[in-house]
Amino acid sequence: MGGTIVEASGLRHLYGQRAALDGLSFTVSEGDVYGILGPNGCGKSTLFRILCTLERPQQGTAAIASVDAAKGGIRLRKLIGVVFQNGSLDRRLTVRENLIAQGHLQSISGPGLQTRVDELLAEFGLETRAGDEARTLSGGLKRKVEIAKAIIHKPRVLLLDEASTGLDPAARREMWAALNRLRTASPVTILFTTHLMDEADNATRLLMMSHGKAVAEDTPERLKARVGGDVVEFESESPGLADDLKKRFPVEVNESGGRISVETPAGHRFIAEAFEAFPGRITSASLHRPTLEDVFFRVAGELLEGSGTEAADA
Amino acid sequence: MLRTFLLAVRAVFVRDMLHFWRERSRVIGFVASPLLFWLLLGAGFGDMGKFFNGSLLLSVMFTAVFSTMSVIDDRREGFLLSVLSAPAPRCALVSGKVLAGAVMSGVQGLFFLPLLIVTGRPMGLADVLAATGALVLCGASFTSLGFWMAWKSKTPQGFHAMMNLILMPLWMISGALFDASTALPWIRSVMALNPMTYFLATLQRTIPADPNWAGPALGAGLLWTSVCGILFLTAAIMNVERRPLGKDSQ
Repeated sequence: MGGTIVEASGLRHLYGQRAALDGLSFTVSEGDVYGILGPNGCGKSTLFRILCTLERPQQGTAAIASVDAAKGGIRLRKLIGVVFQNGSLDRRLTVRENLIAQGHLQSISGPGLQTRVDELLAEFGLETRAGDEARTLSGGLKRKVEIAKAIIHKPRVLLLDEASTGLDPAARREMWAALNRLRTASPVTILFTTHLMDEADNATRLLMMSHGKAVAEDTPERLKARVGGDVVEFESESPGLADDLKKRFPVEVNESGGRISVETPAGHRFIAEAFEAFPGRITSASLHRPTLEDVFFRVAGELLEGSGTEAADA
Repeated sequence: MLRTFLLAVRAVFVRDMLHFWRERSRVIGFVASPLLFWLLLGAGFGDMGKFFNGSLLLSVMFTAVFSTMSVIDDRREGFLLSVLSAPAPRCALVSGKVLAGAVMSGVQGLFFLPLLIVTGRPMGLADVLAATGALVLCGASFTSLGFWMAWKSKTPQGFHAMMNLILMPLWMISGALFDASTALPWIRSVMALNPMTYFLATLQRTIPADPNWAGPALGAGLLWTSVCGILFLTAAIMNVERRPLGKDSQ
């Protein structure tokens, strides 16, 4: 990976009394696929708006390729391509017209623009839909056009804000296949925000955010390795079960939102022991290998609620 | 930099014109609404010439102002996000919208002008060109005002209410419905301060529908319509530069 291309330092941003960003710092290396994972309302979208100069940070700095987001508006916007959570396609324009309009916004015109548009239509398999109005496309196809639009000027950094929101799993996989093809074809750095743990697995580095702060940062594999062995989850209607488990067994027990989660080297044996130790108090138990959800639960003490929900972020 | 600006203006302008053309109901309203205003008011008062320009001003106002209403939703999700995150100055967004509003107003007038024959006062080519210029100027001023107000609004409903509250009374006391000479003195003073009086004067002095019009002269009309347009445009640009997401960024 190359040198630093995105740098945020001590970002703080308040909406009234509520801190959307609370001293957030991180760096992204050139060529990374950098994921920012956190539940809705954790401040991801505020960060995103600051990075694309739609919002000024109240404290701290953010820079892309050393261009300050608060001062270098137009210079910074030359370096980035942006895919917005709510989409930025014009529904009444055709796919081709959307791409041409974007080209003009990026100061590309004439035969060069036509060639680039044809290239992108071919690359994303959109040739047969080029003359269709964007409102007639499926969610997955719309996302492809959004990405094609965002990279029309070959940006150094591609920013995606909850870009797979509203997509079914197949369309999400297709979107990531397109992004991976893009990475192999050009030296673009991708920074994406998500609240979906399976999407976060696409990152080469991942920042976990909670209440406007960074709570963990590493590769997804190393983050998962922080949770040793297996994760056992219990459902119980018996109050105090989490405390009793802690007292009885030398294991890490987390409880939040009615979920009791236990990290243990041998989950299958632990389940049997727990049922024996607390007869009638456990409704059900399940076992799985650690996921990013478990890591997040451990480091932030909260759930990545609503994987798959569409609530707006702060 | 100029090329970047002009290409961005072009993108916004072309997009607005394509939108307008593809929304058939808007095109029908665009052609039919001034006709209806004029027919009802003219027939009601028994003078088809007197209300010709007033009706035209009202429809130009509606077309120009309401063409900017879409920015309220568009800046949250839609095309405007692309413009705001592009490396073009954000004033290109305002300029493209204002240009589109001005052109729509000019085109609307061109559809309407042949009807002057009904009033027995047909126009020559030079008159048509002057009238088109006046319509474009009024349309640009109204669109700038509409953009400025829309950027300050949180919802299209709020914008609609605000525009009705401000613009309709201003239109009523612009001289479109009654002459200043017959009004009470205090209304006459308000009429003299009303920017729309000068917008109407610009049309009245270039479109000879009502030879008895006794309002401001062409020079005053052109001057104040232009000054208001520049002020509204400047306010709109400053608003977008300062707060790219409008009220949502608060």
